[in-house]
Amino acid sequence: MIRLALKTRPDLPLEADTIRPDYFAQKTEAEIAKLPVLHGNQFCALGDFFNVRGGASDQLVLEGDLAQVKRIGTGMEYGQITIHGNAGMHLGAGMRAGEIVVFGDAGDWAGAEMCGGKIHIHGNAGHGLGGAYRGSRHGMNRGMILVEGNAGNETGSLMRRGLVAVRGDVGEFAGAFVIAGTLIVFGSLGRRAGAGMKRGTIVAYQQPELLPTFTFDCVYQPLYLRLILQTLQLEGFSIEEEWRTGAYRRYSGDLNALGKGEIFVYDQH
Amino acid sequence: MMLTINGVEIEDTYAEAFTMWGARIIITAKNLKWAMEAATRMTGFATSVIGCKCEAGIEGEIDDTPDGRPGTSVLLFARSKEDLAQRLVERVGQCVMTCTTTACFNGLDSVEQVPVGGQLRYFGDGFQMSKLIQNRRFWRIPTMDGEFLVEDKFGVQPAVAGGNILILGEDQDVTLQAAEQAVEAMRKVRGVILPFPGGIARSGSKVGSKYKFLMASTNDAFCPTLRGVVDSAVPEGVNCVLEIVIVGLEIEDVEQATRVGTLAACLPGIRRITSGNYGGKLGQYKIYLHQVMKQDVSA
Repeated sequence: MIRLALKTRPDLPLEADTIRPDYFAQKTEAEIAKLPVLHGNQFCALGDFFNVRGGASDQLVLEGDLAQVKRIGTGMEYGQITIHGNAGMHLGAGMRAGEIVVFGDAGDWAGAEMCGGKIHIHGNAGHGLGGAYRGSRHGMNRGMILVEGNAGNETGSLMRRGLVAVRGDVGEFAGAFVIAGTLIVFGSLGRRAGAGMKRGTIVAYQQPELLPTFTFDCVYQPLYLRLILQTLQLEGFSIEEEWRTGAYRRYSGDLNALGKGEIFVYDQH
Repeated sequence: MMLTINGVEIEDTYAEAFTMWGARIIITAKNLKWAMEAATRMTGFATSVIGCKCEAGIEGEIDDTPDGRPGTSVLLFARSKEDLAQRLVERVGQCVMTCTTTACFNGLDSVEQVPVGGQLRYFGDGFQMSKLIQNRRFWRIPTMDGEFLVEDKFGVQPAVAGGNILILGEDQDVTLQAAEQAVEAMRKVRGVILPFPGGIARSGSKVGSKYKFLMASTNDAFCPTLRGVVDSAVPEGVNCVLEIVIVGLEIEDVEQATRVGTLAACLPGIRRITSGNYGGKLGQYKIYLHQVMKQDVSA
């Protein structure tokens, strides 16, 4: 296991896309400490900001308030990162496999355009969670993001595959322009959810304010949700039995787009 | 060497088994009644590849199903991987998808896979949706009661068909009783099915016929009514023979079923238990009765 403890909180955002377990796996402690990070517009060494202990492992533990440390785990292909503290923007963006666990909050664009692996945020997440960067054709494409707190705007926007589950509330435009995949929100769903969605699924546990371009279909028990909820439970998300066995109101949309998307709203009656 | 169990002679011979391809299908439904209904339909007309293109049976009820609902496990076997793929699509499509409240999952972890949901999805006429959950793809096909959930691909593997025991008894009552007890014991073995009605075959067959258009015909050597006119394998005092055919995913499972079935069938009034073979010319496996019976039953 490799431990990185923040010793100097950067006064400017620190671009640290070298903090990846697959990069560290073959490196010694000294080599890790020399890896470059971008502090503002200046290249520095990782060791300038972190106390590094251990080497040659794909198990990485980060300690400290890393809200200013961006791009942790970006593009990682294997290994595990555990962060005891907050994480900065772009956490795990574009990651392909492996796991990131944050015992704190994560900044904007966590898991953006990821195509595999798992991110579990025990605090809140920012905007663009699992989403697509401006100009991109799709956001998250496989993998799983779990958030125990709230998430910001554009959660899961342009998502193509994968699963995003948020225990708390999400902001506006959740699941906007979704191509496929599943977004589950146990708290409140912000306005304009599913705007422009082609396919894919949004599941809400509180009645959202839906766009007029979504039409009500029926009340039924979508069986596949059982599998999704079972998966979440295996990942440590507490799931009520009624959510698994209960009925959901199904709305089709967005009729402004392809209209093959769906929003399920848990039917408490 | 003579081997007897409870006074029943176990003939020193072997069952000749051969390779087929097998799949395990998990069917779930709102309750066990409907899961069993689908499983029963799916395994209908599937006693022998000779006439039915596949062999199938219900492996048993299962508690731990993918969607947490009541479920059953079905084993389906066919001559080749391609044949099996076709039979799966036909039978899941016609017998499971049509059965209300059901869902259908792959139950075999294998590198060899064939598309099932991936073929049936077209029934959705463009309204089908796929979901990738934990690297397994599922298809949701809209139906009039909601939707049919079916896994995209099913695992298939080489399997063993043609395991068998023949129970030779003094009369029909005792032979049937012995066969029923054997079936009851064999059905507790996971990974095997007994594809014939009630697990028992009365019309055992031999390869070929005097009629050129027939691939198989009655096993005259074991027909008590022909004892006086053919080269009979029916000893004096035997008036009924029943066969139990065993098909399994692994040879060990077929051997285990052979063992427990033979033990259970050794009742008073049973004269001999033997196995059918084709002189070793057809099958890839030989299941020697004496060897199987000497193995540890609990193994």
